[in-house]
Amino acid sequence: MFQIRCPYCGPRDEPEFKYGGQAHVAYPSDPEALSDEEWARFLFFRDNSKGRYAERWNHAAGCRRWFNVIRDTGTHELVGSYRVGEQPADAR
Amino acid sequence: MDPNEHALHNAPFLWRTPEPKSSYEAVVVGGGLHGLATAYYLAKNHGLSDIAVVERGWIGNGNAVRNTTIIRSNYLWDESAAMYEHALKLWEGWTEELDYEILFSQRGVLNLAHNLHDVRESVRRVNANRLNGVDAEWLDAEQVKEFCPVVDISPEARYPVMGATLQRRGGIARHDAVIFALGRACDALGVDIIQGCEVTGIDVTDGRVTGLQTSKGPIAAGKVGLVAAGRSSLLAAMAGFDLPIQSHPLQALVSEVYEQVLNCVVMSNAVHVYVSQAHKGELVMGAGIDAFNSYAQRGGLHVIEEQMSAGMQLFPHFSRARLLRTWGGIVDVCPDASPIVGLTPVENLYVNCGWGTGGFKATPGSGYVMAHTIATGEPHELNRPFSLTRFETGELIDEHGAAAVAH
Repeated sequence: MFQIRCPYCGPRDEPEFKYGGQAHVAYPSDPEALSDEEWARFLFFRDNSKGRYAERWNHAAGCRRWFNVIRDTGTHELVGSYRVGEQPADAR
Repeated sequence: MDPNEHALHNAPFLWRTPEPKSSYEAVVVGGGLHGLATAYYLAKNHGLSDIAVVERGWIGNGNAVRNTTIIRSNYLWDESAAMYEHALKLWEGWTEELDYEILFSQRGVLNLAHNLHDVRESVRRVNANRLNGVDAEWLDAEQVKEFCPVVDISPEARYPVMGATLQRRGGIARHDAVIFALGRACDALGVDIIQGCEVTGIDVTDGRVTGLQTSKGPIAAGKVGLVAAGRSSLLAAMAGFDLPIQSHPLQALVSEVYEQVLNCVVMSNAVHVYVSQAHKGELVMGAGIDAFNSYAQRGGLHVIEEQMSAGMQLFPHFSRARLLRTWGGIVDVCPDASPIVGLTPVENLYVNCGWGTGGFKATPGSGYVMAHTIATGEPHELNRPFSLTRFETGELIDEHGAAAVAH
């Protein structure tokens, strides 16, 4: 278990949060125009890198808001968190 | 240490520890159970004699010895049932074939049903299994109690037991022994098992794989099979393609050693716990995955706590059992909870991954079809549906509901 800093509530224990996977995956602007391959990539393919990873978390047992976290998938180090609409560089 | 002195005090080594040759006909990346099984069948079934298995750690370090050793084949969909049943049939012959006591014990696997939906899903699965030639029975609560007396079936239970499916041919095996047996069998067939050899690059020329860059130098290879479970994405990236898998920690634990009290494997998808008792006496329990991506081979204690609380409800006897050890492994989870075994966008490069939380049971079948795929350049009939392209065609094999997260 680790602690996550909710940008709205401050640091809380991990079980208060729900995981939302990779951050910054935009819904296709024109889904109808996608080929099967492109649709598959949007639907099923997410980064699975080792190292710093931008991911979404929801403070389910707190303010219930979504936000983003930079976490190292190799060490579980929490580098910082930031609100939706902000960029990874804003993480603190 | 002087090898002669070592031999004096220790059992003989089960395999050699060769340095890599400059080239091989085929190289399997990953010395886990599936990788060794692949090399074994490449040599045994397809007559390849110039094979290496490269492993970044050592044999018997990763998920091969971190799983909960459950073996069964009672999957819902035809494709899965065929694959896992093929594996189970091979398991039934492996002790003799590998000439090693792997403690394969067909003590039966119960999958409990706790509510009306579970009952309907379970009965449906029993029927589907029978149509596919997989042994399956539906037991009511009294029959569950008769088959496995330590399960609490009282109606007051937090998770009342309304019945269970039973696969009598399911059971457990000793995973350490399986890895020993496979390592020895591969070595005897001339396979070079190269430990401490991390792949750092994959050479691709004109869309065809030509070799590997490793921590022990370059190795040329005619064919390469990637069988690296949780690290498959990292290898695929080296070859320039992506896999639709996410790597998660999966935790398990054992209790201290007790007298034999649990005579079969008990799984519950609804409360998410699966438990058996090892031959030596430890209760072996598995949890669900930690939700986040990770390569760190550990997870949160709260996941263990949740699993233990469910276990206590089903088995009040275990309330005073003491935890001996917990650990985590990194599992490669696919969007449809089914593996990917087959061709890749790179010629002569094949992939076997995505077994997620349930790969141990598939070991012989996985190696068998992967060896066929590498040797012939075409998937075996059994793994043809488990292609990487199914995510584009939509022909998913959705075992999430059927096999659930508890494997």
